[in-house]
Amino acid sequence: MKHMQLRFLAFLPLFGLLLLAGPAARAQQVRVVKLPALQELLRRSGDTTYVVNFWATWCKPCIEELPNFEQLRTRYARQNVRVVLVSLDFPSKLDAKVRPFVQRQGLKSAVWLLSETDQNAYIEAIDPKWTGALPFTVVYNNARQRRRSFEQALSAAELEAAVQAVRVP
Amino acid sequence: MLALIALLGTVLTLSSAFRPVAEGGYQVGDKVADFKLKNVDGKTVSLADNATAKGYIVVFTCNTCPYAQAYEDRIMALHQKYAAQGYPVVAINPNDPQVAPGDSYASMQQRAKTKRYAFPYLLDESQEVAHAYGATRTPHVYVLQRTGADFKVAYIGAIDNNTEDAKAATQHYVDDALAQLMSGKAVQTTSTKAIGCTIKWKKKA
Repeated sequence: MKHMQLRFLAFLPLFGLLLLAGPAARAQQVRVVKLPALQELLRRSGDTTYVVNFWATWCKPCIEELPNFEQLRTRYARQNVRVVLVSLDFPSKLDAKVRPFVQRQGLKSAVWLLSETDQNAYIEAIDPKWTGALPFTVVYNNARQRRRSFEQALSAAELEAAVQAVRVP
Repeated sequence: MLALIALLGTVLTLSSAFRPVAEGGYQVGDKVADFKLKNVDGKTVSLADNATAKGYIVVFTCNTCPYAQAYEDRIMALHQKYAAQGYPVVAINPNDPQVAPGDSYASMQQRAKTKRYAFPYLLDESQEVAHAYGATRTPHVYVLQRTGADFKVAYIGAIDNNTEDAKAATQHYVDDALAQLMSGKAVQTTSTKAIGCTIKWKKKA
Protein backbone atom coordinates (compact mmCIF):
# COMPACT_ATOMS: atom_id res chain seq x y z
CA MET A 1 0.00 0.00 0.00
CA LYS A 2 2.80 2.34 0.97
CA HIS A 3 4.53 1.42 -2.20
CA MET A 4 1.44 2.46 -4.16
CA GLN A 5 1.35 5.83 -2.45
CA LEU A 6 4.96 6.49 -3.30
CA ARG A 7 4.30 5.59 -6.87
CA PHE A 8 1.34 7.96 -6.93
CA LEU A 9 3.50 10.77 -5.50
CA ALA A 10 6.06 10.17 -8.19
CA PHE A 11 3.39 10.91 -10.78
CA LEU A 12 2.24 14.16 -9.15
CA PRO A 13 4.61 16.46 -11.07
CA LEU A 14 3.30 14.91 -14.27
CA PHE A 15 -0.28 15.76 -13.28
CA GLY A 16 0.88 19.30 -12.55
CA LEU A 17 2.34 19.61 -16.04
CA LEU A 18 -0.90 18.40 -17.56
CA LEU A 19 -2.84 21.00 -15.59
CA LEU A 20 -0.46 23.76 -16.67
CA ALA A 21 -0.81 22.76 -20.28
CA GLY A 22 -4.44 23.73 -19.85
CA PRO A 23 -7.44 23.18 -22.09
CA ALA A 24 -5.39 22.77 -25.26
CA ALA A 25 -4.02 19.47 -24.02
CA ARG A 26 -7.35 18.11 -22.86
CA ALA A 27 -9.96 16.41 -24.96
CA GLN A 28 -13.34 18.03 -25.39
CA GLN A 29 -16.22 17.58 -23.03
CA VAL A 30 -19.25 16.12 -24.74
CA ARG A 31 -22.17 18.55 -24.90
CA VAL A 32 -25.57 16.85 -24.95
CA VAL A 33 -28.03 18.80 -27.09
CA LYS A 34 -31.59 18.64 -28.37
CA LEU A 35 -32.61 19.39 -31.95
CA PRO A 36 -33.28 23.15 -31.46
CA ALA A 37 -29.65 23.74 -30.40
CA LEU A 38 -28.49 21.99 -33.54
CA GLN A 39 -30.88 23.97 -35.71
CA GLU A 40 -29.57 27.18 -34.14
CA LEU A 41 -26.03 26.11 -35.09
CA LEU A 42 -27.11 25.39 -38.66
CA ARG A 43 -28.79 28.80 -38.93
CA ARG A 44 -25.98 30.94 -37.47
CA SER A 45 -25.71 33.99 -39.66
CA GLY A 46 -22.15 35.29 -39.08
CA ASP A 47 -19.33 35.02 -41.59
CA THR A 48 -18.03 31.81 -40.07
CA THR A 49 -17.66 28.57 -41.99
CA TYR A 50 -19.06 25.65 -40.05
CA VAL A 51 -18.16 22.04 -40.64
CA VAL A 52 -20.73 19.85 -38.90
CA ASN A 53 -20.05 16.13 -39.06
CA PHE A 54 -22.56 13.50 -37.94
CA TRP A 55 -20.87 10.35 -36.69
CA ALA A 56 -21.13 7.55 -34.14
CA THR A 57 -18.66 5.43 -32.21
CA TRP A 58 -20.10 2.30 -33.90
CA CYS A 59 -19.61 3.70 -37.42
CA LYS A 60 -16.31 2.52 -38.88
CA PRO A 61 -16.03 4.92 -41.84
CA CYS A 62 -16.91 7.76 -39.43
CA ILE A 63 -14.07 6.86 -37.08
CA GLU A 64 -11.68 6.58 -39.99
CA GLU A 65 -12.43 10.10 -41.24
CA LEU A 66 -12.38 11.82 -37.81
CA PRO A 67 -8.65 12.68 -38.07
CA ASN A 68 -9.44 14.68 -41.21
CA PHE A 69 -11.77 16.94 -39.21
CA GLU A 70 -9.22 17.32 -36.42
CA GLN A 71 -6.55 18.26 -38.94
CA LEU A 72 -8.89 20.74 -40.63
CA ARG A 73 -9.72 22.36 -37.30
CA THR A 74 -6.04 22.95 -36.58
CA ARG A 75 -5.22 24.22 -40.04
CA TYR A 76 -8.13 26.67 -40.23
CA ALA A 77 -8.22 27.65 -36.54
CA ARG A 78 -7.46 31.31 -37.32
CA GLN A 79 -9.70 31.56 -40.35
CA ASN A 80 -13.20 31.49 -38.91
CA VAL A 81 -13.72 27.81 -39.53
CA ARG A 82 -15.47 25.87 -36.74
CA VAL A 83 -15.74 22.11 -36.56
CA VAL A 84 -18.54 20.44 -34.60
CA LEU A 85 -18.65 16.65 -34.37
CA VAL A 86 -22.21 15.57 -33.61
CA SER A 87 -22.43 12.03 -32.23
CA LEU A 88 -25.60 10.12 -33.02
CA ASP A 89 -24.82 7.40 -30.51
CA PHE A 90 -27.75 6.56 -28.28
CA PRO A 91 -27.79 8.98 -25.30
CA SER A 92 -27.65 5.89 -23.07
CA LYS A 93 -24.15 5.23 -24.43
CA LEU A 94 -22.77 8.64 -23.41
CA ASP A 95 -20.75 7.41 -20.42
CA ALA A 96 -20.07 3.88 -21.62
CA LYS A 97 -18.97 4.68 -25.17
CA VAL A 98 -18.89 8.31 -26.28
CA ARG A 99 -17.00 10.02 -23.44
CA PRO A 100 -14.30 7.31 -23.22
CA PHE A 101 -13.90 7.40 -27.02
CA VAL A 102 -13.49 11.19 -27.09
CA GLN A 103 -10.92 10.99 -24.27
CA ARG A 104 -9.03 8.11 -25.83
CA GLN A 105 -8.82 9.84 -29.20
CA GLY A 106 -8.07 13.17 -27.53
CA LEU A 107 -10.55 14.92 -29.82
CA LYS A 108 -10.10 18.71 -29.72
CA SER A 109 -12.99 19.70 -31.95
CA ALA A 110 -16.30 20.49 -30.26
CA VAL A 111 -18.20 17.24 -29.65
CA TRP A 112 -21.97 17.23 -29.25
CA LEU A 113 -24.34 14.32 -28.73
CA LEU A 114 -27.81 14.69 -30.20
CA SER A 115 -30.27 13.41 -27.63
CA GLU A 116 -33.29 12.70 -29.81
CA THR A 117 -34.92 9.38 -30.70
CA ASP A 118 -37.22 10.31 -33.59
CA GLN A 119 -34.77 9.96 -36.47
CA ASN A 120 -37.41 10.49 -39.14
CA ALA A 121 -38.11 13.93 -37.67
CA TYR A 122 -34.59 15.12 -37.00
CA ILE A 123 -32.91 13.89 -40.21
CA GLU A 124 -35.38 15.90 -42.29
CA ALA A 125 -34.97 18.95 -40.02
CA ILE A 126 -31.18 18.83 -40.33
CA ASP A 127 -31.09 18.41 -44.11
CA PRO A 128 -33.93 17.30 -46.42
CA LYS A 129 -31.33 15.80 -48.79
CA TRP A 130 -29.94 13.48 -46.11
CA THR A 131 -31.36 9.92 -46.20
CA GLY A 132 -29.88 8.98 -42.80
CA ALA A 133 -26.69 7.09 -43.67
CA LEU A 134 -23.60 7.86 -41.59
CA PRO A 135 -21.25 9.61 -41.89
CA PHE A 136 -22.93 12.82 -43.03
CA THR A 137 -21.24 16.21 -43.21
CA VAL A 138 -22.55 19.72 -43.81
CA VAL A 139 -20.17 22.58 -44.65
CA TYR A 140 -21.81 26.01 -44.70
CA ASN A 141 -21.33 29.72 -44.37
CA ASN A 142 -24.69 31.41 -44.00
CA ALA A 143 -23.34 34.95 -44.51
CA ARG A 144 -22.14 33.80 -47.93
CA GLN A 145 -25.27 31.68 -48.52
CA ARG A 146 -23.15 28.67 -49.35
CA ARG A 147 -23.71 25.10 -48.28
CA ARG A 148 -22.42 21.67 -49.26
CA SER A 149 -23.57 18.35 -47.85
CA PHE A 150 -22.04 14.92 -48.19
CA GLU A 151 -23.62 11.58 -47.31
CA GLN A 152 -20.30 9.75 -47.45
CA ALA A 153 -16.90 9.73 -45.80
CA LEU A 154 -14.58 12.50 -47.01
CA SER A 155 -10.86 12.35 -47.62
CA ALA A 156 -8.73 15.19 -46.25
CA ALA A 157 -8.53 16.64 -49.77
CA GLU A 158 -12.30 16.41 -50.38
CA LEU A 159 -13.01 18.06 -47.04
CA GLU A 160 -10.57 20.87 -47.66
CA ALA A 161 -12.01 21.46 -51.16
CA ALA A 162 -15.49 21.74 -49.64
CA VAL A 163 -14.31 24.24 -47.03
CA GLN A 164 -12.51 26.31 -49.65
CA ALA A 165 -15.55 26.34 -51.90
CA VAL A 166 -17.71 27.61 -49.05
CA ARG A 167 -15.44 30.13 -47.36
CA VAL A 168 -13.45 31.78 -50.15
CA PRO A 169 -15.16 35.04 -51.29
CA MET B 1 -35.44 42.23 -54.87
CA LEU B 2 -36.36 39.78 -52.13
CA ALA B 3 -37.60 37.35 -54.75
CA LEU B 4 -34.30 37.72 -56.57
CA ILE B 5 -32.34 36.93 -53.41
CA ALA B 6 -34.58 33.94 -52.74
CA LEU B 7 -34.08 32.75 -56.31
CA LEU B 8 -30.33 33.21 -56.06
CA GLY B 9 -30.35 31.27 -52.79
CA THR B 10 -32.27 28.43 -54.43
CA VAL B 11 -29.90 28.31 -57.39
CA LEU B 12 -26.90 28.26 -55.05
CA THR B 13 -28.46 25.52 -52.95
CA LEU B 14 -29.35 23.44 -56.00
CA SER B 15 -25.93 23.76 -57.56
CA SER B 16 -24.09 23.20 -54.31
CA ALA B 17 -23.56 19.44 -54.19
CA PHE B 18 -20.40 18.08 -55.73
CA ARG B 19 -21.99 14.68 -56.04
CA PRO B 20 -25.66 13.92 -55.73
CA VAL B 21 -26.46 12.65 -52.25
CA ALA B 22 -28.98 10.07 -53.39
CA GLU B 23 -28.50 8.60 -56.82
CA GLY B 24 -32.18 8.29 -57.60
CA GLY B 25 -33.55 4.80 -57.30
CA TYR B 26 -37.18 3.75 -56.94
CA GLN B 27 -39.78 6.13 -55.62
CA VAL B 28 -43.07 5.10 -54.04
CA GLY B 29 -45.41 3.95 -56.83
CA ASP B 30 -42.60 2.77 -59.11
CA LYS B 31 -42.67 -0.70 -60.63
CA VAL B 32 -39.56 -2.66 -59.63
CA ALA B 33 -37.46 -4.80 -61.94
CA ASP B 34 -37.15 -8.40 -60.74
CA PHE B 35 -33.76 -9.64 -59.61
CA LYS B 36 -31.98 -12.96 -59.43
CA LEU B 37 -29.74 -13.14 -56.38
CA LYS B 38 -27.95 -15.95 -54.61
CA ASN B 39 -29.44 -17.06 -51.30
CA VAL B 40 -27.42 -18.41 -48.36
CA ASP B 41 -28.58 -21.93 -49.34
CA GLY B 42 -26.84 -21.57 -52.71
CA LYS B 43 -30.08 -21.27 -54.73
CA THR B 44 -31.11 -18.12 -56.55
CA VAL B 45 -34.21 -16.17 -55.56
CA SER B 46 -36.43 -13.89 -57.64
CA LEU B 47 -39.60 -12.03 -56.75
CA ALA B 48 -41.46 -14.00 -59.42
CA ASP B 49 -40.63 -17.33 -57.70
CA ASN B 50 -43.42 -16.99 -55.18
CA ALA B 51 -46.66 -16.93 -57.15
CA THR B 52 -48.80 -16.56 -54.03
CA ALA B 53 -46.97 -13.51 -52.66
CA LYS B 54 -49.21 -10.46 -52.44
CA GLY B 55 -46.09 -8.42 -51.92
CA TYR B 56 -42.74 -8.44 -50.17
CA ILE B 57 -40.92 -6.75 -47.34
CA VAL B 58 -37.53 -6.20 -48.96
CA VAL B 59 -34.89 -5.26 -46.38
CA PHE B 60 -31.38 -4.15 -47.28
CA THR B 61 -29.43 -5.28 -44.25
CA CYS B 62 -26.14 -6.90 -43.28
CA ASN B 63 -24.26 -8.73 -40.55
CA THR B 64 -21.95 -5.97 -39.36
CA CYS B 65 -23.95 -2.77 -38.95
CA PRO B 66 -24.98 -2.23 -35.30
CA TYR B 67 -28.22 -0.63 -36.48
CA ALA B 68 -29.00 -3.64 -38.69
CA GLN B 69 -28.27 -5.83 -35.67
CA ALA B 70 -30.56 -3.68 -33.52
CA TYR B 71 -33.38 -4.36 -35.99
CA GLU B 72 -32.58 -8.01 -36.71
CA ASP B 73 -35.15 -9.47 -34.31
CA ARG B 74 -37.75 -7.03 -35.59
CA ILE B 75 -37.03 -8.11 -39.19
CA MET B 76 -37.47 -11.74 -38.14
CA ALA B 77 -40.72 -10.83 -36.35
CA LEU B 78 -42.04 -9.09 -39.48
CA HIS B 79 -41.53 -12.28 -41.48
CA GLN B 80 -43.13 -14.36 -38.73
CA LYS B 81 -46.16 -12.10 -38.71
CA TYR B 82 -46.65 -11.30 -42.39
CA ALA B 83 -45.31 -14.22 -44.46
CA ALA B 84 -48.48 -16.23 -43.82
CA GLN B 85 -50.52 -13.21 -44.84
CA GLY B 86 -48.74 -13.02 -48.19
CA TYR B 87 -45.94 -10.55 -47.45
CA PRO B 88 -42.72 -12.43 -46.71
CA VAL B 89 -39.40 -10.80 -45.88
CA VAL B 90 -36.59 -10.86 -48.41
CA ALA B 91 -33.30 -9.72 -46.87
CA ILE B 92 -30.55 -8.47 -49.17
CA ASN B 93 -26.96 -7.78 -48.13
CA PRO B 94 -25.54 -5.13 -50.48
CA ASN B 95 -22.15 -4.63 -48.80
CA ASP B 96 -18.88 -5.25 -50.60
CA PRO B 97 -17.00 -7.87 -48.54
CA GLN B 98 -13.71 -6.27 -49.62
CA VAL B 99 -14.74 -3.22 -47.58
CA ALA B 100 -16.69 -5.10 -44.89
CA PRO B 101 -15.18 -8.60 -44.49
CA GLY B 102 -17.82 -9.52 -41.89
CA ASP B 103 -20.43 -9.29 -44.64
CA SER B 104 -18.96 -12.01 -46.86
CA TYR B 105 -21.17 -14.77 -48.27
CA ALA B 106 -19.73 -17.27 -45.75
CA SER B 107 -20.46 -14.86 -42.89
CA MET B 108 -24.00 -14.38 -44.19
CA GLN B 109 -24.51 -18.17 -44.25
CA GLN B 110 -23.20 -18.36 -40.70
CA ARG B 111 -25.50 -15.59 -39.44
CA ALA B 112 -28.58 -16.97 -41.19
CA LYS B 113 -27.89 -20.36 -39.62
CA THR B 114 -27.18 -19.11 -36.11
CA LYS B 115 -30.20 -16.84 -36.05
CA ARG B 116 -32.35 -19.34 -37.98
CA TYR B 117 -33.60 -16.93 -40.60
CA ALA B 118 -36.89 -18.22 -41.99
CA PHE B 119 -36.55 -15.92 -45.00
CA PRO B 120 -34.03 -15.67 -47.84
CA TYR B 121 -30.84 -13.73 -47.13
CA LEU B 122 -29.50 -12.74 -50.52
CA LEU B 123 -26.13 -11.48 -51.65
CA ASP B 124 -26.24 -8.47 -53.99
CA GLU B 125 -22.75 -9.10 -55.25
CA SER B 126 -22.79 -6.57 -58.10
CA GLN B 127 -24.68 -4.06 -55.90
CA GLU B 128 -26.96 -3.48 -58.88
CA VAL B 129 -30.13 -4.20 -56.92
CA ALA B 130 -29.18 -1.73 -54.15
CA HIS B 131 -28.43 0.88 -56.83
CA ALA B 132 -31.72 0.20 -58.64
CA TYR B 133 -33.69 0.56 -55.41
CA GLY B 134 -31.74 3.64 -54.36
CA ALA B 135 -30.86 2.03 -51.04
CA THR B 136 -28.32 4.09 -49.10
CA ARG B 137 -28.02 2.40 -45.74
CA THR B 138 -28.60 -0.71 -43.68
CA PRO B 139 -31.27 -1.33 -42.60
CA HIS B 140 -33.40 0.16 -45.41
CA VAL B 141 -36.89 -1.26 -45.99
CA TYR B 142 -38.99 -1.38 -49.18
CA VAL B 143 -42.53 -2.72 -48.94
CA LEU B 144 -43.68 -4.03 -52.33
CA GLN B 145 -47.27 -4.62 -53.42
CA ARG B 146 -48.26 -6.95 -56.25
CA THR B 147 -50.14 -5.53 -59.21
CA GLY B 148 -50.71 -8.36 -61.70
CA ALA B 149 -47.34 -9.85 -62.56
CA ASP B 150 -45.45 -6.81 -61.26
CA PHE B 151 -44.54 -5.39 -57.90
CA LYS B 152 -44.79 -1.71 -57.02
CA VAL B 153 -43.11 0.16 -54.20
CA ALA B 154 -45.65 1.01 -51.50
CA TYR B 155 -43.37 2.19 -48.69
CA ILE B 156 -39.70 3.13 -48.27
CA GLY B 157 -37.88 3.71 -45.00
CA ALA B 158 -37.63 2.56 -41.41
CA ILE B 159 -39.39 -0.23 -39.52
CA ASP B 160 -40.35 1.99 -36.59
CA ASN B 161 -39.23 5.16 -34.85
CA ASN B 162 -37.04 3.82 -32.06
CA THR B 163 -33.87 1.95 -32.99
CA GLU B 164 -32.59 1.37 -29.48
CA ASP B 165 -35.80 0.18 -27.85
CA ALA B 166 -38.48 -1.54 -29.91
CA LYS B 167 -40.92 -1.38 -27.00
CA ALA B 168 -40.56 2.40 -26.81
CA ALA B 169 -41.38 2.93 -30.49
CA THR B 170 -44.50 5.03 -30.96
CA GLN B 171 -44.71 4.69 -34.75
CA HIS B 172 -44.64 1.31 -36.51
CA TYR B 173 -44.29 2.33 -40.11
CA VAL B 174 -44.03 -1.10 -41.76
CA ASP B 175 -46.86 -2.56 -39.66
CA ASP B 176 -49.05 0.41 -40.52
CA ALA B 177 -48.22 0.23 -44.24
CA LEU B 178 -49.03 -3.50 -44.35
CA ALA B 179 -52.26 -3.09 -42.40
CA GLN B 180 -53.35 -0.41 -44.85
CA LEU B 181 -52.35 -2.47 -47.89
CA MET B 182 -54.14 -5.56 -46.61
CA SER B 183 -57.34 -3.62 -45.99
CA GLY B 184 -57.15 -2.16 -49.49
CA LYS B 185 -56.38 1.36 -48.31
CA ALA B 186 -53.70 3.73 -49.50
CA VAL B 187 -50.53 3.72 -47.39
CA GLN B 188 -50.57 6.93 -45.36
CA THR B 189 -46.90 7.35 -44.47
CA THR B 190 -45.15 6.25 -47.64
CA SER B 191 -41.60 7.17 -46.71
CA THR B 192 -39.54 7.78 -43.60
CA LYS B 193 -35.89 8.40 -42.84
CA ALA B 194 -33.67 6.64 -40.35
CA ILE B 195 -30.06 6.57 -39.26
CA GLY B 196 -28.13 3.61 -40.57
CA CYS B 197 -24.75 2.45 -41.82
CA THR B 198 -23.71 3.64 -45.25
CA ILE B 199 -23.82 0.77 -47.74
CA LYS B 200 -20.23 -0.33 -48.27
CA TRP B 201 -19.96 0.36 -51.98
CA LYS B 202 -17.20 -1.20 -54.03
CA LYS B 203 -14.19 1.06 -54.31
CA LYS B 204 -13.93 2.41 -57.83
CA ALA B 205 -10.76 1.28 -59.52
